[in-house]
Parts: sequence; C-alpha cells; structure tokens
Amino acid sequence: MTEKYKKQETRDELLSEIGDYDGLKEKIIRMYRNNRLAAFSAALIILMILLAVFAPYIAPYKEAHQDLLMRLQPPSRAHLFGTDELGRDVFSRILYGARVSLVIGIFPSMISLLIGIFFGLIAGYFGGWIDYVIMRVADVMLSFPSLLLAMALMYTLGRYANSVLCIFGALSLVGWASVSRVVRSVTLSLKETEYVDAARSIGVGRPKIMLRHILPNCIPSLIVLYTLNVPSCILSESTLSFLGIGVQPPAASWGLMVNQSKQYLFTMPWLALAPCLTIMIVVLAFNFLGDGLRDALDPYLKKG
Amino acid sequence: MNENRTEVILRAEKLTKHFLTKKKQIVHALNEADLTLYKGETLAVVGESGCGKSTLGRTLIRLLPATSGKVLLNGQDITAMKEKEFRPLRRKMQMVFQDPYASLDPRMNVRDLIAEPLVTWHVTGTAAETNDKVLGLMEKVGLPGEFLTRYPHQFSGGQRQRIGIARAIALDPDILICDEPVSALDVSVQSQILNLLKRLRKEMRLTSIFIGHDLSVIHFIADRVCVMFLGTICEVAPKDELYSRPRHPYTEFLLDAIPQADPHRRTREKKLIKGEVPSPVHLPEGCCFQTRCPYADERCRSEKPALTERDGHSVACFHPLY
Repeated sequence: MTEKYKKQETRDELLSEIGDYDGLKEKIIRMYRNNRLAAFSAALIILMILLAVFAPYIAPYKEAHQDLLMRLQPPSRAHLFGTDELGRDVFSRILYGARVSLVIGIFPSMISLLIGIFFGLIAGYFGGWIDYVIMRVADVMLSFPSLLLAMALMYTLGRYANSVLCIFGALSLVGWASVSRVVRSVTLSLKETEYVDAARSIGVGRPKIMLRHILPNCIPSLIVLYTLNVPSCILSESTLSFLGIGVQPPAASWGLMVNQSKQYLFTMPWLALAPCLTIMIVVLAFNFLGDGLRDALDPYLKKG
Repeated sequence: MNENRTEVILRAEKLTKHFLTKKKQIVHALNEADLTLYKGETLAVVGESGCGKSTLGRTLIRLLPATSGKVLLNGQDITAMKEKEFRPLRRKMQMVFQDPYASLDPRMNVRDLIAEPLVTWHVTGTAAETNDKVLGLMEKVGLPGEFLTRYPHQFSGGQRQRIGIARAIALDPDILICDEPVSALDVSVQSQILNLLKRLRKEMRLTSIFIGHDLSVIHFIADRVCVMFLGTICEVAPKDELYSRPRHPYTEFLLDAIPQADPHRRTREKKLIKGEVPSPVHLPEGCCFQTRCPYADERCRSEKPALTERDGHSVACFHPLY
C-alpha cells in the first residue's frame, strides 16, 4: 500500500492527534464554528435559564405585586411590557414564569424521551410478544386525550405533591408513547442491517448493540421529536393551568399568562404578545439548537 | 490440499434452515447439508444466486438459528447451546460480509469499528493499547494509519472491505467465513482483496470458508470446492479434481458457463443449462436438480440422492459423470 507506519514516532503523533480529535467536546466546538445560529440559540437558552434562576434579583417587581391603580397599562419605562388586569408587571411575571415554563418545557420532554427510547428499543429489537404488549400499551396511551390523562393523574396525585411536580409527572407519562413508536420503527429497520449482523457475529451483547449501533442512528428523528415536544409541553401546562389544575394564581407561568390575556387580545394586545413572543423565541432556539446538534453528530456532514 | 487434512475443525450434520414467508409458506433455504471443514484449508462454496450459500455461512456461525441439524465446532455441538454459552465461541469464528457499504456502522469511525471486537472481548486494556493494536491491524490489511478517524462513507469499496477484514481478524479467529467478500467490488480491486485474504490466511494459519459465485475467483483461492443447488449440496471435491472432472451434471453446466476468452481454446460445443430454478417453497420430490438435468430418470424423480464419497470426492447424484 502507500506508506507504512513503522516508525514509532509517527505512530505516537497519530495517537496524540486522535486523543482530542473526535470526542463530544470536539463535535460541539465544531458545531459552534459551523453553525452560528445554533451557537446563538444555545447562548439564548442559557441566558433564559439564568434569568429564571435569578428572577428575584432581576425582576423590578414581585410576581404577585398588585397595583390596582395601574391596571392594563401599555408598555412604559416603569413597566417594560405593561401591566395586566390586576396591575401586575408583565415583564416581572415573565421572568418568574420562566421558572415554571422552562422546567416544564425541558424536563418532562426529556423524561418521556428516555422512557420512550427504552421501550421503543426493547419492543423493536426483541419483537414478538414483548413488542406486542409494549405497543398495545402505547396505543392505549395515545388513544387517551393526553390532557385528560394528565388531568386524571393530577387529580389523583394532587393531594400528595405540589402542582408543578404533578404536571411534571403527568406530562412525562403522556409523551413517551409517540417517542417509543418512532424509536421502534427505526429499530425495526436497523436491526436487519448488515452492520448489526456484523456486531452480533463479533459477539457484541444485545444491550450494547442497541445503545451503540441502533440508538445513534435514531438521533436525527429524536431531536426533531424533542424540539416539537418542548413547546407542546409548555402549552399543555398552560391549558392545565387554565382549567384550574396546573399552576395556581397568583403564581405565574407563560401559558397561564397567554390564557389570561386572551380576553384583552384586541384592546390590549401587548398583554398576550409578550408571553407569546417569549414562548416563540424559546421554541425557535430549541429548534435551531436541535438542528445544529443533529448536524454536528452526523458523520456525513463532518467538515475537514 | 495438504497432509494434515485429517483434523476436522467444523462439521455440519444435516444442517437445515427454513424461512417462513408472510403467507406462512416454508422456504427451504438449506436442506440437510453435510459439510466437513478441515483445519488449515479453504473451502469454497459456490452456486447460483439464491441457492443458500449465504444461509449456509450464516447458519454455521449461528447468525441464523438452524431449523434442524447440528454444527460441531471442534466436536462441540454449537446449535444446541444457549446464547450465553455460545458467545465466547463467537471469537473463534469471524465473518467478512458481502456488502462493504452495509456492514460498517456509518456513525462509527475506523478506530471505533476496528476496536469494537477488541473492546468487546477485553483483548486490550487501556485506550493507548487499543489504538496501538488498531494501527497494527490497519497496517496488516494495508490501510494507512492516518485514516484512523475517518468514517466509512469516506472510503472506497475496497478500502471498506479492508476495514471489514481488519475487524474479522482482530480476535485471531480459527475460522474465517468470507461471504462473497469481493462480489461487490471492481475486478481490479477484487484481486487486491483476494491476495490480501490469501496472505492473511497463510500468516495467521486461518481455516476459511469462502462463499462465492465467480468460478475463477474460487479457483484462485480455494483448496476444496463445494457446489450447491437449491439449498442442497451437490458435490464436494478438491479444486483441481472438481474443475477437471466434475461428477455432478450441475457442476459441469457451471464450468461450461465460464466464458473462454481465447477462441482457439473453444474446443467443443458448450452445454448450456435450460429451464428455471424450481421454487424453494415447492421443492421437487427426489433430486432437486431433476427438472433441469438431461440425465434425469424415474429414480431421480422419486428418490433423493445422498451425498456419497469416493476418493475424497463426494457427489449427490444417481448418474455421476465419472
């Protein structure tokens, strides 16, 4: 062949190169370089999280602070996004609401993703009656209106835990079925590929085949699912809150604020606009970040 | 073909594999195959597409579970074992796959691909040790070391097949099963890969089964040749014996189908095979080749010929040519 690496030096050089070449860190740095939008989105999400964490120090007013003389003010210097029907500062409420909304947007989707991956891989890989049982349970979950299921869960669990935790659990349990369906279908097609056969012939165990060969190839569709799930969770929370079983007033959440401002949509649109725009920005940021991550993890698009 | 042909390393006894179609029909992919592999030899399996060559290879190393029959590895029945008991034995039998574009995980780079068997069996301890071994293997199969962090899609078919071979020999197997390793490659690349396989076989004292359909490739690489038709083994013989004096009519047809480039050597009229292969769902009663055989008679249509040996040359036919 071309050159042979007999010299120990060249071999050592090669080895030192690969040490820091293809790790996850390197991939993320590559994403930063190649995809500015994704990097910007990541920064934006981090900023949002910081704002939520430090809301009490940043927000000009307390979340439940009412000033009934200053009801339904348009945006001004004192009230950046105006005030709502009880004279509460919308900007402050958005900062406080981020605590609930971000947590509910990010984590239940993640938990349902993990549950879905687990059951999807098992159902797809093992097939037979295991597949049948898991998929029928998933069908049952999907055929329930997810909000109704969440409500039922919240009513039964509401006594034992606070409402945010309940929404958390309910949304986690509702979302896994669709994830497991996607994972299962990818697994079904991937387990017939020759490279899975090759791994089996080498003697790689079943859990490792699932995690190292099948799961990484599900990632593109999982990222899309996740970024779609985040906004739907934020909105489900708002619906639940609106129905009176989610976050309880006077606590704030973005969904709740959108719902409460509905009646002023034509007269005082800034009330609805502020939380809506915030939700939109967060959702877009997640989408762009997801795209960037997907590209960074795709060997076909690797540059240089 | 050598003196120590006595030591049997792998033996298949009445190995049968059936598949079910969607309509629950039985596809007879492999019918009671008897096959013996001697230590150090290269046994080629040849036959037309769909005759069960790959099924045989995959059933032998338990990538597919056998429907019935036995596979004995060093006298140990591996078909009856539980997966857990069998897994350690997988190391001894490795496979090179047909399609180098499908047999490598597109999301793993060369290092991870070649390191996978090493890591799975804890052959190497530290990461540095693994890298060193991987580079050694790459050198052995003729891949430059700087390709270490590339991904499969950045390689040509021949290079990918080299990666596949490096994976297969990483565990120092006793038996290497090559499932049409060159049929997806250009002719010029084929010879490189064949020479590589030949060299490795010698260096590592591999016993191998080479599945293929190209008779000139098989003549180049094999010691003994096994001819299959419709899931049944028709003839097994040493290479030169089979190419010069085929006994089974099907083998004769196969050999006659090799195009002769030099017109002066085209001595006699070629016999060309007629008819179509019967469906493996509805096997003909008696000899599987009867529908296309010019010598078939009543006995062939009612009775199945057994594989019988004479002077190290086995044939399953009532009317052998020699």
